[in-house]
Amino acid sequence: MSARRLLDKIGLALAIFIIVSPAVLFFLWMASLSIKYEIDNSSYPPVFIPDRFAWKNYADVLASNRFSTYFLNSIIVTGTASLLALVAGVPAGYGIARTNATKAAIVILIARITPGLSYLIPLFLLFQWLGLLGTLWPQIIIHLVVTVPIVIWIMIGYFETTPLELEEAAVIDGATSWQVFRHVALPIARPGIAVAGILAVIFSWNNFVFGIVLAGRETRTLPVAVYNMISFDQLSWGPLAAAAIIVTLPVLILTVVAQRQIIVGLTAGSVKGG
Amino acid sequence: MSELAERAAALRKTETTGALGWRRPSYWPFIIPALVIVIGVIVFPWAFTIWMSLNEWKVGAPTTFVGLANYLRLPGDPRFVEAVWHTLLYTLLSVALPLIFGTFAACVFHARFPLRGFLRGLFIMPMMATPVAIALVWTMMFHPQLGVLNYLLSLIGVPPQLWIFHPATVIPSLVLVETWQWTPLVMLIVLGGLAAIPSEPYESAQIDGANGWQVFRFITFPLILPFLFIAAMVRTIDAVKSFDIIFAMTQGGPGTASETINLYLYSVAFAYYDIGYGSAIAVIFFVLIIVLAALLLYVRQRTQWTQLTREAPAEAVA
Repeated sequence: MSARRLLDKIGLALAIFIIVSPAVLFFLWMASLSIKYEIDNSSYPPVFIPDRFAWKNYADVLASNRFSTYFLNSIIVTGTASLLALVAGVPAGYGIARTNATKAAIVILIARITPGLSYLIPLFLLFQWLGLLGTLWPQIIIHLVVTVPIVIWIMIGYFETTPLELEEAAVIDGATSWQVFRHVALPIARPGIAVAGILAVIFSWNNFVFGIVLAGRETRTLPVAVYNMISFDQLSWGPLAAAAIIVTLPVLILTVVAQRQIIVGLTAGSVKGG
Repeated sequence: MSELAERAAALRKTETTGALGWRRPSYWPFIIPALVIVIGVIVFPWAFTIWMSLNEWKVGAPTTFVGLANYLRLPGDPRFVEAVWHTLLYTLLSVALPLIFGTFAACVFHARFPLRGFLRGLFIMPMMATPVAIALVWTMMFHPQLGVLNYLLSLIGVPPQLWIFHPATVIPSLVLVETWQWTPLVMLIVLGGLAAIPSEPYESAQIDGANGWQVFRFITFPLILPFLFIAAMVRTIDAVKSFDIIFAMTQGGPGTASETINLYLYSVAFAYYDIGYGSAIAVIFFVLIIVLAALLLYVRQRTQWTQLTREAPAEAVA
């Protein structure tokens, strides 16, 4: 019996190892590429841990003044688009949940199903006509396509599970519907708002397709900036990998720190942006 | 069990509308800001896209109404037809593989073991990481001379491959990346299904001396089937419109060997600036996604009520 259990344990450990290693090895290799000089990156057989660490790859990427512009652009676009989505989406999720307006959810579903590129053609023409191209506004506005549905979708689900009794008690005490929302529903919904906010930030930060069409030289976000580095810098892998890590590190840290919230949000709505 | 849940849901529904029906108008102010945004960035673009698709609309040229001419161009456009086949192949593989691996991973993560939360966090990193950054590193790993993948193959005696640099292997290579990236999402959905399974069938199966495979085949699998369908649907929708990975790694190349509908749509609209034709592709593309999703939903509905509720639990418990 105990031999059997030991065998089960070894089997489980092996299975865990097999499952987790593709992800772990990939990111370790990514880190390895980013801290190696060209000579190590182009050697065969490949070197995993080099003798000398090329920290200068990171320094080079961070020091280029454009990169800090793009970093700032990413923060502005993601920050504004996520904040606007929360401001508009949380009350909307509340309203939809309380009126049982399930048909409203269909619009959200359509937004979830539609390819991001479909929005780009009409909105590109609209932004051109409004003279907004060249500013960050087109990207902020179009990122709402990603962030608003995520927030509404998660908040509908969340408000449907919060108890009605407290709100009804507040109504009996003479509170207006805004007061009920502000002082009763909203405080209870804080964990749901965190989930919605985290996912909105991640999918907006990662978004690439909107940027390649709408971003100019000065208004690129980080994913677009990294993509442009590929075409110009095909051969120097070290700085490229370093840039890739800098772009995705905030998201990876958020994933490991807030994995519980992320999993709740993803399984609740099975949402993904873009 | 499902009957009970249904009744509870129905009960809750009547309760909510009963208690809140008269206050309904007062909830509009909550919805209006989001409604304005949704109309601006989702409804308007859709309406405008349909309008544009009915016009000969090129940047810098006057637009003329041409009716369905743009749509009629599609079947005779070899690049579009080819893109449809690429999309279907890419989607089929990128749904099937993550479903298989994701289900396996979910069964493993369903067990209790130390550091489970942390390891699950590591496991879902591929789908949360920035796709372009991922694509960049995969491109380096696929490099025929310097890439680590060919080195790993050489260790087990497999000759070097050209991966994304050869028309015959480009789609499987991209599917490899897509599978690596999205298996975690399937895992999470199926894990949710596993968590909802009661322990009784397992206990009786143990008493009856069922082996591991039998337990999976006759208890676990039928009970998580609805979740597998949800996962398949989500995965289908995402795989059909996959863009970032393909665009960043191959841009549809070599030649047009990995050009999916989404990639072709990009070229038509933003490289050739043929807005009218691009809009028509966007509309047809959307219809294709809806059809695929509806197909899965239809299969799911049928499976759920015929097989799941009658045969499976009976078979499992008996």
